[in-house]
Amino acid sequence: MSNQTEQAEIVRRSLKGRYRKERRFRAYGILAIALALAALVVLFADIIGKGHTGFLKTTITLDVEMDSEAMYLEDPTNSDEVRMADFVEPLIVSLAEMLPDATVDDRDQLRGLVNAYSSNQLRDELVASPQWMGTTQTITFLANSDVDVYVKHKDDDAYSIKLSEQQREWVDELEQRGIIETRFNDVFFTSGDSRDPARAGVLGAIVGSLLVMFVTLALSFPIGVAAAIYLEEFAPKNKFTDFIEVNINNLAAVPSIIFGLLGLAVFINLFGMPRSAPFVGGLVLTLMTLPTIIISSRAAIKSVPPSIRQAAEGVGASKMQVVLHHVLPLAMPGMLTGSIIGMAQALGETAPLLLIGMVAFVVEIPDGFFDGATALPVQVFLWAGSPESGFIERASAAIMVLLAFLMSMNALAIWLRKRLERRW
Amino acid sequence: MNTMNPSIAAETDVRQENEAMAAVAEDKPEDTVIEEGKTVGKPFADDPKYKLRNVDVSYGNDRAIKDISLDIARNEVISFIGPSGCGKSTFLRCLNRMNDSIEICRIKGQLMLDDEDIYASKRDVVELRARVGMVFQKPNPFPKSIYDNVAYGPKIHGLANRKVDLDEIVENSLRKAGLWNEVKDRLDATATGMSGGQQQRLCIARAIAVSPEVILMDEPCSALDPIATARVEELIAEMSESYTIVIVTHSMQQAARVSNRTAYFHLGHLVEVNETDKVFTSPEHELTESYITGRFG
Repeated sequence: MSNQTEQAEIVRRSLKGRYRKERRFRAYGILAIALALAALVVLFADIIGKGHTGFLKTTITLDVEMDSEAMYLEDPTNSDEVRMADFVEPLIVSLAEMLPDATVDDRDQLRGLVNAYSSNQLRDELVASPQWMGTTQTITFLANSDVDVYVKHKDDDAYSIKLSEQQREWVDELEQRGIIETRFNDVFFTSGDSRDPARAGVLGAIVGSLLVMFVTLALSFPIGVAAAIYLEEFAPKNKFTDFIEVNINNLAAVPSIIFGLLGLAVFINLFGMPRSAPFVGGLVLTLMTLPTIIISSRAAIKSVPPSIRQAAEGVGASKMQVVLHHVLPLAMPGMLTGSIIGMAQALGETAPLLLIGMVAFVVEIPDGFFDGATALPVQVFLWAGSPESGFIERASAAIMVLLAFLMSMNALAIWLRKRLERRW
Repeated sequence: MNTMNPSIAAETDVRQENEAMAAVAEDKPEDTVIEEGKTVGKPFADDPKYKLRNVDVSYGNDRAIKDISLDIARNEVISFIGPSGCGKSTFLRCLNRMNDSIEICRIKGQLMLDDEDIYASKRDVVELRARVGMVFQKPNPFPKSIYDNVAYGPKIHGLANRKVDLDEIVENSLRKAGLWNEVKDRLDATATGMSGGQQQRLCIARAIAVSPEVILMDEPCSALDPIATARVEELIAEMSESYTIVIVTHSMQQAARVSNRTAYFHLGHLVEVNETDKVFTSPEHELTESYITGRFG
């Protein structure tokens, strides 16, 4: 009896220590999560803090007088005349009228306020509506990139402002009068790359990324799933299949730039496919994603309970029917999750795309799998390396767009898994 | 009826031997030496459904079944009993080649279903399993609707081409499994939401939906409560009119209640086969007696 009470006493005393250990263990876990969250918060705060201005554009609204004498233009429908006409002068005249202390002689400085493309914009709009000739129209132009940087970051030392004292005064005044204003940057989402930060957009990169992703998904999902099913269900277990298995795991650990080199050597140099093409990018990323998809699909197939297989075999289903009717539907959520995670990896991949030439400066929005294109992460890479300070915020904004894509893909993965699992 | 069988003479020898040994090893039945391939009782039948001769099964180097010969008669219920690891489930799974998927499993001997070798090289295992249904230890309905569970077999074998035919098969199978009245209003509900007993009866319905000739049951009631067990046992009794049923069970009461014949397995040997009441009232072999009186197992 005394032995039992002694033992109970020992157990009771050890309990305290055990609980203390447990609390410490939990604290480590919480600390780890807190650290991870803090890193995430810092990352997001930095990117959003730098990039949110990238979603704004600076515009100048001018009353432009279409004076045929000043523009050397009588008939806007005559293309020869249009080619020779002066579309810069009306802008300078309009700006000089708005700024009392400026004269037309300050033309270079005045011209530096509006975007270099503004004269082309005026030409296009006038050609589209020739009846404007001889009238005064209120038209909104993009401001010069330097004005854009000044308006957004005049108090930030990190940005070098390339405007003269005179121009700064003018911009301040025009801003006060509401002629220069910032609004939502639709240009960023509707155009391709440009040397001029004010006119650069991510649409080309988004389309390029989507084309690459389409090729990657269309190739890697069926190939990966088929390989996983064969290896898991049909392949004999011997040295050869062991060898294949080891090498699939090895491939998953190969640095992505190696796949880029392979793509360059095989697809472009050997097969003569075009450079910078989303199709080649998709092929390279397929190679990179395949191991991930195969490994996760095999895990999903393995996790299908053997009792279900036996049940199907028991009623006389053939191997094929067991796989198609029972194993695949049950493994599908896992396979989809793995594939989407693999795709998300591929979407964020830069290095292999650099090697196959998707790093080119592409202004046009690609409209086919063999058009020259770039991808979102490569666009970020390009802008981050550009000297113009207007690209700093645009690179951050592009990162945000990329992150939004990645997060929505992960959300899709979670949603798909939940939905498909609920069916059973 | 076994008078023509040469093993009868051997059998008598074994019995005498055993009786002699029983006197010595009364308290230690485990020490009893079992002679390979010798089975006491009545292992053979006229015009059997299954004719199994010298069956030997090994997993790698482990012999799980040691030279077993047995006949399973038409429309009989035969139960396999024996302590854990005695090979009764392994033997059962040979009857519809469920061991095929275990790569290290080697099967020797002659296994004939209606005088056709079921392990013949050109034998189609799908056809075999359509004739020999199986019910497993744990209820394993497909994670689909109740209807789809029962309709699956007939569908893959092309037994019903029209929806009405399929409906009829499903209804008949569920009726035979005594489940129709419980589920007729919720055929579209998922099968995994049913109780364990209902799930097991659904598995039986699924097995009989393809109109098999033989139904193999591997401890069908071990995961069920007594009431559900009683329902399944009733069902076995009803089904015995139209099917040959082989049932592996750990419950001797169950074997006694449902089966016509009982086979006692011990360490891979088939020790004794006889009419059930004979096995339980006057076992011929000492090991059988030890087992049914609860001295080991």
